[in-house]
Amino acid sequence: MRHTLSVLVENKHGVLTRVAGMFSRRGYNIDSLTVGVTEDPTISRMTIVVRGDDDVLEQVTKQLNKLIDVIRVTDLKSEETVERELALFKVSSDVSNRSEIMQIADIFRARIIDVAPRSMIIEVTGDESKIDAIEQLLRPFGIREMVRTGKVALRRGAKGVSS
Amino acid sequence: MTESTGKMTGARALIECLYREGVDTIFGYPGGVLLPIYDALYDSDIRHVLVRHEQAAAHAAEGYARATGKTGVCIATSGPGATNLVTGIANAYMDSIPMVAFTGQVPSSLIGNDAFQEANITGITMPITKHNYLVQDAKELPRIIKEAFHIASTGRPGPVLVDLPKDITTEEIEFYYPDKVELRGYNPTYRGNLQQIKKAAAEIKNSENPVIYAGGGVISSDAAGELKELAEKIQAPVTTTLTGMGGFPGNHSLFIGMPGMHGSKYANYAIQESDLIIAVGVRFDDRVTGKLKSFAANAKIIHIDIDPAEISKNVKVDIPIVGDAKGILTNLLKYAEKSQSEEWLKKIEYWKKQYPLHYIEPATGDGIKPQYIIEQIKEACEDAIIVTEVGQHQMWAAQYFRYKEPRTFISSGGLGTMGYGFPASIGAKLGKPDKVVFDISGDGSFQMNSQELATVVQENVPVIIAIFNNGYLGMVRQWQELFFDRRYSSTCIQDSVDFVKLAEAYGALGLRATKRDEVRPAIEEAIKSGRPTVIDFVVECEENVSPMVPAGAAINEILDLERKE
Ligand SMILES: Cc1ncc(C[n+]2csc(CCOP(=O)(O)OP(=O)(O)O)c2C)c(N)n1
Ligand SMILES: [Mg+2]
Repeated sequence: MRHTLSVLVENKHGVLTRVAGMFSRRGYNIDSLTVGVTEDPTISRMTIVVRGDDDVLEQVTKQLNKLIDVIRVTDLKSEETVERELALFKVSSDVSNRSEIMQIADIFRARIIDVAPRSMIIEVTGDESKIDAIEQLLRPFGIREMVRTGKVALRRGAKGVSS
Repeated sequence: MTESTGKMTGARALIECLYREGVDTIFGYPGGVLLPIYDALYDSDIRHVLVRHEQAAAHAAEGYARATGKTGVCIATSGPGATNLVTGIANAYMDSIPMVAFTGQVPSSLIGNDAFQEANITGITMPITKHNYLVQDAKELPRIIKEAFHIASTGRPGPVLVDLPKDITTEEIEFYYPDKVELRGYNPTYRGNLQQIKKAAAEIKNSENPVIYAGGGVISSDAAGELKELAEKIQAPVTTTLTGMGGFPGNHSLFIGMPGMHGSKYANYAIQESDLIIAVGVRFDDRVTGKLKSFAANAKIIHIDIDPAEISKNVKVDIPIVGDAKGILTNLLKYAEKSQSEEWLKKIEYWKKQYPLHYIEPATGDGIKPQYIIEQIKEACEDAIIVTEVGQHQMWAAQYFRYKEPRTFISSGGLGTMGYGFPASIGAKLGKPDKVVFDISGDGSFQMNSQELATVVQENVPVIIAIFNNGYLGMVRQWQELFFDRRYSSTCIQDSVDFVKLAEAYGALGLRATKRDEVRPAIEEAIKSGRPTVIDFVVECEENVSPMVPAGAAINEILDLERKE
C-alpha cells in the first residue's frame, strides 16, 4: 500500500536530513519526497510517498511527529486530494518521427519545451498514472533522459493541512 | 523575555544560561576551540569535573542525571573530543535520560572545510539525540540553550547536543534569557485519555492473572509511589525491567523480579500465563520479550507510555494510554478496583518457592561466588546507590540486590555499554554525596574507563569499585560455553593487570579479597575509608548467570545454569 503524507516542517537547515535519516534508519521505504516552502516562509511542506501497511504508516507518522522540527503530519487520502507530478522526457527524435511524438504529447496535454536535430524534451504534468502512461508511449522512440519531481499534493476544498 | 543583563561574550552567556537552568556540576575536557568557555568557567560557581576521557564525561553526566533526576551536562572540544562523547550520548538516548551535551566547533567560517579538528557532530549524533543544534548566530545562543534543556527534560527525556562554533563563544551579545520556549513542533502529551483509563480499570477488574510490567518510565516520571499503590489495590504482581529497578520495592511480596533473558523464572512464567499485562513506562525490548510471537500470547495489553511511538511498536497493544505515568496512575487509582487474582497470587507464590533465584555455594574450599558479594554489599549498606558495568556482574547486581528505592540502581540498559559504570558512578556520587556509591564492575569493563581513577582521586570522589574479577569477558564466555562448544575465543583476560597496584598508582585505595570470608571485611573497609577504592574480588571464574532464556526462545523456555562444583 502507498500513502501520501503531507508533512509541515520548520524551514531550517538540516530538516531534510533529519527526515530522510529517520526513514533510512528505521528502514521505511520512500517512493518519493518533495520539499518546498509554503505560504508561510518559516514553514516548508514535504510531500512524502511511503510504501507499507497501516502499521508501518502509523509508525512512520509517529516517528515523524517525534522530530522536533516536524510541525504536523497528515495522511492524505486520495479521494480528498489533488496530486500532481511533473516529468521531463528527453526523447530521441528526428524529422521522421517528430510529428508522431508531438501527437502523443498533444493527447497528454504535454508540452514540447526543446527541439534539437536529434532529440526533443517533453514536459508533462499530471497524476502518476498519466505520467507512467506517456512514458510507456515514448519509450519505443528511445528515452535518453528523464526526470520526475515526485508527487506534490493538496487537500481539496477550503480546509487545508496547516499548522 | 526577561530584562537584558547587559553585553557579554557567548562564552559568558553560556555560563549565565547554565546558572538559570540550575546547573551546578558539569563534566568535561578542554580543547582549542573551548578556550573561551573554559576561561569563563574559571571564575564561575559551576563545578567542572575534569575527566580523563570525554566518554566518561557523557557517562558521568548521565549518572548524575539518573541519581538526581536533574539534567546532566557534559562538554567536549571539537573533532575527537566530540566524537568521544558519542557512546555516552547513544547510551543516554537508548535509556531516555535527560542530558545536554555541549561541543566546541571550529569557527563558522571554517565549517565544511575539513578544518583542523572539525567533525560534523550534529550529523553524527542526529540518530542518537532527541534533538541537536549547530549555533549559527550568537544572539540565538540563550534561546537554543533554553530549548535544549526543555527538550532534554520534558516528554520522553533524552540527550540534546549543542554545537558551539568558536566565534559564537567570543562574540559579544546582549543577553536575554527567554522565560518560555515556543516550539510548535514539540508538544508532549502528559494527560492520559480518561476514556482509556476507565477501559483499563474495567479490564483490571475482570482480570484473573494480571501482571504489572514496569520500566524506566516509572523512574523518570517519579511514579514509584503510585505504582505501589496500584499494585496493592488491584493485587497484581510486579516485574521491573533493568532500567525500572527500584521503581517497585524489591522486598515487597508482590515483587516478582526482572523479566526476560536473565529474569526470574516466576516473572517469565507469570507474563506467559497472564491474561492482562499492565505495562508502564516500558518499550517491550527484545531482551524482555524473547520470541515476540509467543510473548504473553493470551494477555490483553494495557500500555501506559509518554511516547506514542512506543505503542504497538513491538507488541500489539489493546489499550494504549499515552501520557505521563504518574498522572495516569493517579487517575487509574481512582477507577481501578481489586482484580480477581486470589488464585493467581497463590500460583505465583508457588512458583517463587519452586523456582527461586539461587546459586550453589562451593561445597569445599573458600572460593567466592559473585552472587554472594552482591548479597554482602546489600547487607553492609542497603541504601547504597549501585551502579554497574555490563556483563555477568551486571545481571547478578540486578538479580540479587532487591532495590527498594528509585534512582538507587543505575545501569546501561538499552545500549549495554561496558565502561559505563565507573564514570556514571562518579556522576551519581557527585549528585548524591551522602550516599555510598558502588560501581559493580567486571575485570573487562573496568579496563574500558579505568583512567577515571585519576578523576576520582583528583576531585576526591569516594566511589567504591567492586571488580568481579573472573578472568574472563564472562558474559561472552558464557555464550561461548553454551552455544560455541566452549571455544573461548578472545574472552580470557586472566592476570592481565594487578588492580590493587593500579588503584595505588593513581593514589586510590586498593583492596583484594580472594576468599569468601574476606568479602565482607573488604566492603566494610572500603566504606569506612571514605576514599576512592578499588576492591579486586577474585571470584569463581566460570560461574554462569542463571536462569537464562536463549536468544530467540520464548521467555518461558528458561534454563537453569547454576554451576555445581
Ligand atoms: C563497549 C562494549 N564492547 C563489547 C561488549 C560486549 N560484551 C558484553 S558483556 C562483555 C564481557 C564483559 O566482561 P566483564 O566486564 O569482565 O564482565 P563479566 O561478564 O565477566 O562479569 C562483552 C565483551 C559490550 N557490551 N560493550
Ligand atoms: Mg569478567
